[in-house]
Amino acid sequence: MTPTAGLPDTRGAERAPGLRGWLLMAPLLAWLGAFVIAPTLIMLVYSFCDRDELGQVVFTFSWSNYTRVFDPTYLKILLKSVYYAAITTAICLVVGYPVAYWVGRAPERVRNKLLALIMIPFWTSFLIRTYAWMTILKSEGPLNSLLLYLGMISTPLDILYTPTAVVIGLVYSYLPFMILPIYGSVEKLDNALVEAAFDLGAGPVRAFASVIAPLTRPGIVAGVMLVFIPAIGMFAITDLMGGARVPMIGNVIQNQFGQARDWPFGAALGMTVLLLFAATFWLTTKKDPSAT
Amino acid sequence: MSTDAKEVMVEVRRVTKTFDEFTAVSDVSLEIRAGEFITLLGPSGCGKTTLLRMISGFETPTQGQIFIAGQDVTHDPPYRRDANQVFQSYALFPHMTVKENIGFGLRMKKVPKSEAQERVREAIAMVSLGGMEDRKPSQLSGGQRQRVALARAIVCRPKVLLLDEPLSALDAKLRHAMQVELKHLQQKLGITFVFVTHDQEEALTMSDRIAVINQGKVEQLGDATAIYHQPKTTFVANFIGQANILEGRVVSRAGRKVTLRLEGGPEVTLLADDLPDDATTAMISVRPEKILIRKQREESDNVFEAEIAEEIFKGATDQLMLRTPGGLELWAVVANESARQATVHKGDKVFCHLHFDDIVVVQGN
Repeated sequence: MTPTAGLPDTRGAERAPGLRGWLLMAPLLAWLGAFVIAPTLIMLVYSFCDRDELGQVVFTFSWSNYTRVFDPTYLKILLKSVYYAAITTAICLVVGYPVAYWVGRAPERVRNKLLALIMIPFWTSFLIRTYAWMTILKSEGPLNSLLLYLGMISTPLDILYTPTAVVIGLVYSYLPFMILPIYGSVEKLDNALVEAAFDLGAGPVRAFASVIAPLTRPGIVAGVMLVFIPAIGMFAITDLMGGARVPMIGNVIQNQFGQARDWPFGAALGMTVLLLFAATFWLTTKKDPSAT
Repeated sequence: MSTDAKEVMVEVRRVTKTFDEFTAVSDVSLEIRAGEFITLLGPSGCGKTTLLRMISGFETPTQGQIFIAGQDVTHDPPYRRDANQVFQSYALFPHMTVKENIGFGLRMKKVPKSEAQERVREAIAMVSLGGMEDRKPSQLSGGQRQRVALARAIVCRPKVLLLDEPLSALDAKLRHAMQVELKHLQQKLGITFVFVTHDQEEALTMSDRIAVINQGKVEQLGDATAIYHQPKTTFVANFIGQANILEGRVVSRAGRKVTLRLEGGPEVTLLADDLPDDATTAMISVRPEKILIRKQREESDNVFEAEIAEEIFKGATDQLMLRTPGGLELWAVVANESARQATVHKGDKVFCHLHFDDIVVVQGN
């Protein structure tokens, strides 16, 4: 639509917020300023600093922390973190999409119940859930007992404290973040469009590829970002389920601020990961030229 | 005339569809001929859309079978049926251009690219959408979207085109234009059209045959004139056009000629073919415009006196409520032929004339 000549264009996205808008946003802006922007700026400053033998931050300016980030040791961990996060995201997408689709297409009265089922695990503490997984996966745990009983294995599998355990933990934790945004997109998808695809000769696979997936793309993009980005930086799950054996970038950063007492280097690592997130965000959300 | 071809294109054989407790379609059998324009007409919730969706494959009958071109397709998914549907909401793919939307079916059927392009071009020309090829559905008006939906279906050259109230979202003027256009298109393409609507006027305008559907059953099947002039039930008489439904006692009978005494009114004589011999009462339908109103008594099969109790100006016509001396009320319609000499007015005593043929015996519902 083109705005009528002489009338102000009042489309929401392009309208200035106005005094009332700013007042309504003020609490949020204050919160963001104090707890997101200020800490990030502090980190940025620290990342160019140095430290003394006691771990105190010494205010100088150097790129040395950033050159250390690209040291093969850390680069390998960073790449491995991206790799595990990518696997986690892929599994969440493959497992989560059908669930989201099924819930989104379910009759309205059961839809909310199914959504509640997805949310219920969040009622328990994250740590308790992670310890529960550790119990399930350990060599004398229920999973191995079951597999042994069924005769599918003869010796217990070593799953806990391996990358597999880390990925299981990550998938479990982040699956709802994949399901919910996709569900949101699926729910808005007009069923007649799916029917039209079938009607015009598309089988289930082609209907999905040509109509369902493109039209639920915003949900997929949101889900991928909500899983991929936090999964890169996750350290609690890697600590608990990977033991000390599967260090990911989150653990390294955590370590710099903790035991290693090297805040400037931790800050540089953190800023690098932040840049990585920003790049991912930019790549996935940049305006698709074919979309209207 | 296309209906002369007796080949059956779609056969619905004793089909029943129930949803939980609700019976949407109840033991319906229907033969749709190749090349005909058939309309499933009925009020909302009568089961007409469910019937259409069973032909397109979106619903599976609880009982019975569906055949398309002699093949049992009862359990075939929509993408394996040689039928295409035009959806009520148009269901255009919002992420595709007009051209991509129309070409979708051909891409799915793996029609060679050059042939597909040619067919898409043809379809675009047929629905007069030239110049709109690269627009997105969101940039089109309602009428244009409607045409894209139509082109997207006919480009596939289906054996049957199923249309689910495709004109209901258009304004009245555009709707009338599209009715005529659809009919022309159907005659030109020779494709069998199955059209679902609740709009009786739409059905009368376009159809070769109309199936009037009520509460999951086909109440009457016939061409437009038969449905209008010889309704079989009170439902059909009331749903299509206006009707005076009157009840009377059988007074005398001589062959086909039956004389009824109407409740609170005069005696009328009519020709009844399907009134049971032992019937003592009968229900009749009289179309308002069939009652000829004159100030003087004229020669006719039936003549009775009445007073004009109500006069409603409707533009081209006047609607009159007639009241007989015995208290029987019925509606009549007279044309407003000349503004200068409106013949009858409220309060006038008039003579009503009715031909045998214009009184139809109907069954109650």
